[in-house]
Parts: sequence; structure tokens; C-alpha cells
Amino acid sequence: MTDFFTFVRDHADQLFRQTLTHIGLTFVSLLLALLIGVPTGIFIARHTRLASTTLGVAGVLQTIPSVALLGFLIPVLGIGIGPALVALFLYALLPIIRNTYVGITEVSPSVKDAARGVGMTENQILTKVELPLALPVLFAGVRTATVINVGVATLAAYVAAGGLGEFIFGGIALSNTSMILAGAIPAALLAVGFDASLAWLQRQSGRRMRVGGLVFVGLLPVLSGFALLSRSGDKLVAGFAHEFYGRADGYPGLQQTYGLRLTPKLIDQNLMYEAIRRGQVDLISGYSTDGRIKAFDLLVLTDDRHAFPPYDAAPVVRQAALDRYPELGPALDKLAGRLTDSVMTTLNYEADYRKQAPEAVARLFLQRAGLYKTPTPGDRAQTVVMGSKVFTEQYILAEIYRQLIEGQTNLRVVTKTGLGGTQICFDALRTGAIDFYPEYTGTGLLVILQPPAHVLKALPMQADSVYSFVKKRFAVNYQLRWEKPLGFSNSYALMMRRQQAHELGIRSISDLVRYLKK
Amino acid sequence: MIDVVRLTRQFGDFKAVDDLSLSVAAGEILVLLGTSGCGKTTTLRMMNRLVEPDSGTVSIDGKDIQQQSAPDLRRRIGYVIQDGGLFPHYTVAEAIATVPKLLGWNLDDIDRRTRELIAKLQLPDSSLNRYPAELSGGQRQRVGLARALAARPPVVLMDEPFGALDPFTRRHVRRELFGLSELSETTVVLVTHDVSEALELADRIALMDKGRIVQIDTPDNLLANPVNDFVRDFLDDKPRPLHG
Repeated sequence: MTDFFTFVRDHADQLFRQTLTHIGLTFVSLLLALLIGVPTGIFIARHTRLASTTLGVAGVLQTIPSVALLGFLIPVLGIGIGPALVALFLYALLPIIRNTYVGITEVSPSVKDAARGVGMTENQILTKVELPLALPVLFAGVRTATVINVGVATLAAYVAAGGLGEFIFGGIALSNTSMILAGAIPAALLAVGFDASLAWLQRQSGRRMRVGGLVFVGLLPVLSGFALLSRSGDKLVAGFAHEFYGRADGYPGLQQTYGLRLTPKLIDQNLMYEAIRRGQVDLISGYSTDGRIKAFDLLVLTDDRHAFPPYDAAPVVRQAALDRYPELGPALDKLAGRLTDSVMTTLNYEADYRKQAPEAVARLFLQRAGLYKTPTPGDRAQTVVMGSKVFTEQYILAEIYRQLIEGQTNLRVVTKTGLGGTQICFDALRTGAIDFYPEYTGTGLLVILQPPAHVLKALPMQADSVYSFVKKRFAVNYQLRWEKPLGFSNSYALMMRRQQAHELGIRSISDLVRYLKK
Repeated sequence: MIDVVRLTRQFGDFKAVDDLSLSVAAGEILVLLGTSGCGKTTTLRMMNRLVEPDSGTVSIDGKDIQQQSAPDLRRRIGYVIQDGGLFPHYTVAEAIATVPKLLGWNLDDIDRRTRELIAKLQLPDSSLNRYPAELSGGQRQRVGLARALAARPPVVLMDEPFGALDPFTRRHVRRELFGLSELSETTVVLVTHDVSEALELADRIALMDKGRIVQIDTPDNLLANPVNDFVRDFLDDKPRPLHG
């Protein structure tokens, strides 16, 4: 609990800004929904034949899961405040249209008849009788919409629109409970607070409620204005993944090593690439072998001062398995140095963007490298079990190893793909559930070994020093052997559109920092 | 004052009002009497264009009401319905001010008129800021009448105005209301199915059946010279002491 308060105190500025943005997003969309929803509700109350269709459409919109809705909107509206507002607007629409409609149609016919009978025009009946009488029901709709929107607005952080979701998703990515709570508790308080104050307003009778309603409508644009607060004043707009922004070896490391100062937008890591392709951001964090680097013609900035730890890929094997199957080690080492960054990026690109099966991608690679051999027929008595994590690169590596080993040896390979995260793979390896899996040196260092700070400080963050460090420690601590590295490093990287980087003369992170300071 | 000429109105296959003509003199109280479905309410509602006729005309003061805008017409005609037809969100004061406001009276005049009416209708001053839900049935009915009379309309239409009251209160309220000087100058058309109410209030009664007037005459003449058995049975049906 003290962690939580410390976190909140240290991030008070950020928390305040996020809360304002969150309120802004909630109320801009609510305002839009009122502007569209109330007239629509009035219209279908007048033309009841259209009511069921209209409410049906609004109802269907309501059932689309929010993440999916954002997914649909991104190709159309890109990232940022646009898709977030549209999604929130669509969610707020149903309660407002429905409650306007119900509120008006439930006004008793004898009251409407009396209104007509005393000489009110249709407009006067609407504004003096129907709407005031529908107000409590309409208010209930506004309440529902507000509470829904406070909740859904957390998802705005997926698309770089800010809000309290930044802490929630950042916290989830970093397994930082204090950070999650710092976003979740204010979001919950906002929902409860708005709900309670609107409920109070709803209980007021007649005139006070109408006055309160007007005050509320008057406040809407002010509250909405908060949405515009989070403007970045940087020369280049950065869009970083939540995890990268929070992890010590991510953005904080860059700040320390290069003195980089940015106000990044936080965004889901899969949407980041789309955002830079569309020019909505100019600089993203990413992984150096991602297929999209090739697909979108991005330039990976050289980490000339080694802020990012190296993440060289190499198979980690149980010593027991190496002893039992002597052919295994030499077979694995045949790949050493064959998969450079650009080769691996291309393979990822083939699988992710050309939609080639990992099996086909792996075979083509082995054939080109002259390592492909058709497995010799016959019974294979001995079996090695290989694991992999759940992303494209690991699926491809798993296929390469399977085809390589079955071609080069008489071992049978069983693949256990989809072992989730690092910890699961590592535990499977230690217990003997699998014999080897491809791991990255940086992950071995920071996630598994987790050496104390002074050891880390003394260790140069260079490929070979990190490799020999983890190799030694794994052998001693766990009887696991790091085979020779494959040749590529899937590390954090900053990237820009190649053309823009070229125009600005930026090739390394130092160039970037110099450009930003100019 | 009101001239109704060959008025017809059909709802689907049902002829609600069938070629009906009548006139109401200025200051007269005419009661449209009959069973439910006889067309009396439809006839009344065609007099302020809440229902439009299929054919025939209604003229008030010699002017065809079809030639006037419906809201303007209705502001000059008082309209009272069952249980007052009050707006739940209007206080008594706001209810009484409804038509004067629509007509653009200034606030002082509205206030003076409101106080005059609640005094005449024996509503307590404290009721001015009450909502209809806080009033008794009899009070609501009085407020409904006050709203109809506020702009001093020459004509008032009443549709079962006392229908929501219990028999005792009903008799009490209607004697009180119809004793008002306010109403003595006014032309009133009142719809009811209550024979004793009709006999008590009416200058003339139009007894209706199947969209037509069976007989129209003063209560005394109706009782003395019914044109047929229907009229005799209808009026005889109620074993109540009669009033003139």
C-alpha cells in the first residue's frame, strides 16, 4: 500500500493530466451523443415506425466489444483522440436515444391532449411539456452513458488518446500493481462520483432539476475541453508502447543514457507501427526484427551508446539433453550467425505480412542457407521436445529447428509452441518438460537472472559481454547451456520512417537527441 | 355563437358523428348527453379542431374555424377534461398562467388574474406553489377550470369534467363552479353521460345516439315531450330527484 502512495505522489502531475483527459474524453463524447441522440430520440418518438429499427441499430453498436470497435475504427480514423471519441460516442448513443424516446412516449396521452387543447403548438408541446416530463428518464440515460464512458475511456490509452488507461495498461504490461491501481482507483472514483451526482440531480423535483440539467449541459463543453489538454509540443511526435515507457531498460534507460526528453503518446504496441506508417507519430519504440520494419520501410536508429541491453537470440538447452543426444548440439550450432537482423526481419515479414506459413518460411530459409536436408525415412526412437513462446518469430524459429534437426539427425522433434511468457518456458525447461527453446540474452539477464543493481551496473551492455554472463550463470545455476547465438538481436529499438529520418539526417539515437535539442 | 353544420366524422368504418347540426347561443350551457360511443366527445373535439371533420363546418362568432390556425383558435376557447388534464410538472400558479403566457400577457396581469381566480374558486393561497400530485381530486378539477377560464375565453368546452370525482364531491364541486359569475357570461358546451348532471346544468340538452342528435331541447321539454322511447328511457333510467 505504501508503494501505491509513493507511486501516486511521484506521478501526481501525470495522474492529474490523465484524469483531466479522461474526464474530457468522457464528456466530449457525451456531448456529441446528446447533440445527436436527443434529436434522434425526439424524431423516433414522433415517427414510431422508425423506432424499433433505430433502437436496434444503436443496440447492435452497443454490443460490439470495445476493443473490437477501436480495431474497426483505426483503419478509418487512425490513432489518437478520433477513434476514442467515436467509440465512446457510439456507446453513449443507445442509452440517450432510448431514454429520450421512452421518456417522451411515456408522457400520458391525456397530458398531451390537454397541452394541444390549451393551444400549444407542436414545438411548445415538445419543449414545455414532453421534454420536461421526459427529463428524469433522459437523465437516467445520461447517467448510464456517463458511467459506461468513464469505463470505456480507459481503452483510449490503447490508441494514444491518453486518460487513466495509460497507467492501467502500463501497469499490466509491467506487472506493476501500484501503477494499475493509480489508474483504476481514480477511474472508479470518477464513475461513482458522476453517477452519484447525476443521481442526486435526478431526484430533484421539477424546477431544480431543470436548472441542474441546464447547469450540467453548460458544464459539458468545459469538461470536454480537458480532452484537448494533452498536446505534445515536441518537434517529432513519439508513440511508445506502455511497457517500453515504463520499463527500466526502455524509455527511462534512454533518458539516462542520452538525455532524451520527449512527451510521448502511449499506445498499444501493435497499433504503434500503423500509427507511424500513417504519419500520426514520427518515432516509435519497437523490436528490431519486427516484420513491419520492412513492410512499412522504417529505419531502426542505431543505439550508439548502448542504452538498450542486447537481446541476442540463442537456443537454451538442458545439459542432460545434450549429453543424451550427442548429435543435438552440433546440429543446433549449424545455425550460429546465420540469422542476421535483416534476415530475421525478412522472415517475420514473410510470415506476418505475406501470410506465409511458418513451416514454408522456415523451409525456404534452410534451403537458401544450404542447410535443408530431406529427413531420412525410418523409425525415430529418440525424441527431443522443443518449446517456443507465442509470437511469430518464435514460431518461425521453432519450425527452422524442427526441420533442421530432423534433416541432420535421427531425432524426432516434438514442438510445444505457445508456452506463453518467458517464465513458463524457463520453468518447463528446468523441470524437463522441454529440452530446449530459443531465448534472448537480455531476457535471460533481466527476467530470469535478475542480478543485483551493482552487478548490472558493472556489466557492459554489449552483445558478447551479456552473452558470456548469462551463459556462465545459466550453466552454474541451472545446468542449462546457451548454444551459439543465431546472429540477430531482437532488442528494443527506436524507429522512424526511413524517408523522414533521411530528410532530417537522423541515423542514430544521438542524432535524434541532437535534432530535438536544436 | 357556435354554429355546427352537417358535421361528419368517420374512424375507419365507424361513423362517430353523422351529419350533425346544432347551434349554441351566446352565454348558453349546452350539454351533449349520451352513452359512450355516441359521438358526443368527437363532436366536442371538432369544435376546437382536436379532431378534424370529414365534412361539415363549425363556425364560432360567424367565423369558420377551419380558416383559423388551430393553436390560435384553442387559446381563445377554454378546454377542461377529466381530472383537469393538468401538467404534472406545472405548479397551480404555472397551470393557471399557461394560456395567458401563450397569449403574451404581461406578468402583472397574469399574477392579478391568477389571484382573482383562486379566490373565486376557493383554492388556498398556499396551493399556488403546489404540484397537481399534491392536490385533492376536487382541487385539481378547480385548477383545471381556472386554467380554462384564465384568459376569459368566450367559449369553454368541457369533456366529462367531473368524471374522475366521487358522486358526492362531484355534485358539490359542480354546484360551486357553475355558481361562479365567471361562467354566467360564457358559452359552455359540456359532454357527459350523467343524466342528473345534464338535467342540473344544462340550458339545453342534445341527447345523442349513433352519431346523431335524437332530440335537442330544454331539460323540462325533454322530460315532458320526449320524441321517442329512447329519449324517455334514457332520462327515466336514473331514479334521482330532478332539478330544473
